[in-house]
Amino acid sequence: MTTSRFDSYRPPEEGGRRRRRSSVRGHATGAARDLARTGRSWLNRDGGGRREAPAVPDAEFSDYYGQPVIKPVPWKHEIPLYLFLGGVAAGSGLIATGAAATGRHVLRRNSRYTAMTAVVLSGAALVADLGRPERFLNMLRTVKLTSPMSVGTWILSGYAAFAGVATAAEVARAVDVPERGVLGTAQRTLALMDAPAAAGQALFAPPLAAYTAVLLSDTVTPVWFESRSQLPFVFVASAAMASGGVQMALSPVTEAGPARRFALIGAATDLVAMQRLEQHLHGLELVEPLETGKAGRTLRLARLLTVAGGLGTLLAGRSRLVSVASGVALAAASALTRFGVVEAGMESARDPRYTVGPQKRRLEQRRAQGAVHDSIVTVR
Amino acid sequence: MGYLARQLAGRTDPAPDAGWQEAPERKGFFTDTSICIGCKACEVACKEWNAIPLDGLTLSANSYDNTGGLGASTWRHVAFVEQSRERIAEARESGRRLVELGMPGMGAPPAAVGGAPAGGSPAGYGTPPAPADGHGPDLRDMLASSTASRAGTSIAAGTAGASGAASPGTTVDGTPMVGALPDFRWLMASDVCKHCTHAGCLDVCPTGALFRSEHGTVVVQADVCNGCGYCVGACPFGVIERRTDAAVSVREDGHVPDVGIAQKCTLCYDRLTDDQTPACAQTCPTTSIRFGTRQEMVDIARERVTELHEQGFTEARLYGANDDDGVGGTGSVFLLLDEPEVYGLPPDPVVPTAKLAEMFRKAGLAGVGLLGAAALAFVGRRP
Repeated sequence: MTTSRFDSYRPPEEGGRRRRRSSVRGHATGAARDLARTGRSWLNRDGGGRREAPAVPDAEFSDYYGQPVIKPVPWKHEIPLYLFLGGVAAGSGLIATGAAATGRHVLRRNSRYTAMTAVVLSGAALVADLGRPERFLNMLRTVKLTSPMSVGTWILSGYAAFAGVATAAEVARAVDVPERGVLGTAQRTLALMDAPAAAGQALFAPPLAAYTAVLLSDTVTPVWFESRSQLPFVFVASAAMASGGVQMALSPVTEAGPARRFALIGAATDLVAMQRLEQHLHGLELVEPLETGKAGRTLRLARLLTVAGGLGTLLAGRSRLVSVASGVALAAASALTRFGVVEAGMESARDPRYTVGPQKRRLEQRRAQGAVHDSIVTVR
Repeated sequence: MGYLARQLAGRTDPAPDAGWQEAPERKGFFTDTSICIGCKACEVACKEWNAIPLDGLTLSANSYDNTGGLGASTWRHVAFVEQSRERIAEARESGRRLVELGMPGMGAPPAAVGGAPAGGSPAGYGTPPAPADGHGPDLRDMLASSTASRAGTSIAAGTAGASGAASPGTTVDGTPMVGALPDFRWLMASDVCKHCTHAGCLDVCPTGALFRSEHGTVVVQADVCNGCGYCVGACPFGVIERRTDAAVSVREDGHVPDVGIAQKCTLCYDRLTDDQTPACAQTCPTTSIRFGTRQEMVDIARERVTELHEQGFTEARLYGANDDDGVGGTGSVFLLLDEPEVYGLPPDPVVPTAKLAEMFRKAGLAGVGLLGAAALAFVGRRP
């Protein structure tokens, strides 16, 4: 490293905040600094002939003044909130239909109201996050299968329609109206539509819970894109866990047995799916955003709550108090998982090394295997 | 390949795929960064023609680049990179490696170094003229001696490929090089929307605000976009962005148009409709930015990179000219003098929708699993 008397005018370097793979930053001084520190780069790291140079060089790379190569999606906290609420809505719809089929009246009523509330709130969260909320209906001017957001909008709309009818039938059942007249007719009509609406709600629920994973994966955000095979399982498990948890808190323990089992299956699957996701990203050297910083803290807390809530449900689910506490813990764990995954993705988009690193490594791998036809960089 | 199969990946002509009948030939840019002088006239012309608001007046301290990067209010961006001799040597070496890999477009790599040079004349930085007949010193000898003396002192760190100490070596075609690597160079490159063959932004847009024009370019309809921001995350190059209210008006009435709406280069769709050249290409004083049909651009780019290689600039390489890459080739082709990431470009971009079928399959499997879990939860004894 060179020093000069002008060095004192330089602002202090932001060292130590995060470990960088490479300090070469497209600077005149970058390479020199690197060499001065290590005396080696991948070009000359064959150790003076004492050992063989590897066929695939280390993925050392530059960046452009540390600026991100891609842009993070401009989504605020409404989107992870939507992911959570959508999961609650979907799971609650399944519980409601199951409860209707097995004659659990309180569970059916509670989960239908939960589903409707969640779907309305999630729609509101989506609209609020638009750059031009007054144009939210533009989503419905086209059906576009290549856009998970368009597909999801239609799934959400379909689900909301069925949930709306099911909720209306539930309300009609709860209120006393004179048998004759318009209100009576409406009540009888809704009673007839109850079962088809319940079936429709159950049919739209799984796509509603699963599509959000595609929504995130179909971006260039490294963590989301690379976890495309694992994320759907994390998200449906999270939906089961959250909706089961909510019904454990809301419904009496005598009727909430299926909700407890649903939540338990969800919690167990969530732990396994998250583990697999992290393993997969570890292999791509992309796991750091999930383990460090705000996302890391959020996901660790989520895992803790999942285990705690799961154990509570398993061991003492028939105690009302434990049931409520476990249910709340599981729902909170689901919400934290969504927030953590979204935050980790944002972080991976903001730091160029998560974009350039995996791309360089897969490029080198392909080249080492002799595949050179599909590179964006060509000569002649 | 079937119509549906080529919608998401692979080489194709995008305009007919989008349903245009009798579409004109696909248009594109060729940005030759080897002759960019960093004047930023393209940035200014783009701003003026498209009436783009100001996005801040700050000094970045990143060389002469105070623009930062492409965004909602920056559709052309000139990058400035300062490099030491070691970095130049690395760039040259990585370029040579590309040639030796036998990259597409050139068939097999040339015969081993040392064969009879094709052109024959010496190549390299500061190629001196041959001495006049019978009088005057040979500049090449002077250059060689100065190189030798410099090599002894300044390259203490001594990377194997970097010093250029013994001899400057030969070009990829075997032409002997003269002259040492310069101590310093300044890379300047005007970046722009790539107008990908398979555009992530266009594929994921849920409203249809982004569309494929008859020229094969990708354009946003500002009056349809509802600002969902999905396109921003789907662009492998980080080009498109949603305009925020941080933009500053340059108009008398202080109005900032299209806040909350995704914005990017339109390849001057309005000018193209009238057979005009896009503003940046028309204003570029060095013809670093060329405009024409995409095929023309790729042809010119190939010629130029060959020319540079013959002159010894093995660091020259093309970016986006390969239709088999992760985005099916780009409408804007670039000639770069170092690895793409040095300029802030992704080294191996892949359009996310190329994997969409796989994603939906996994999601379907997960959905069926959820349905099964719910059924399982309700099996068992009744209350």
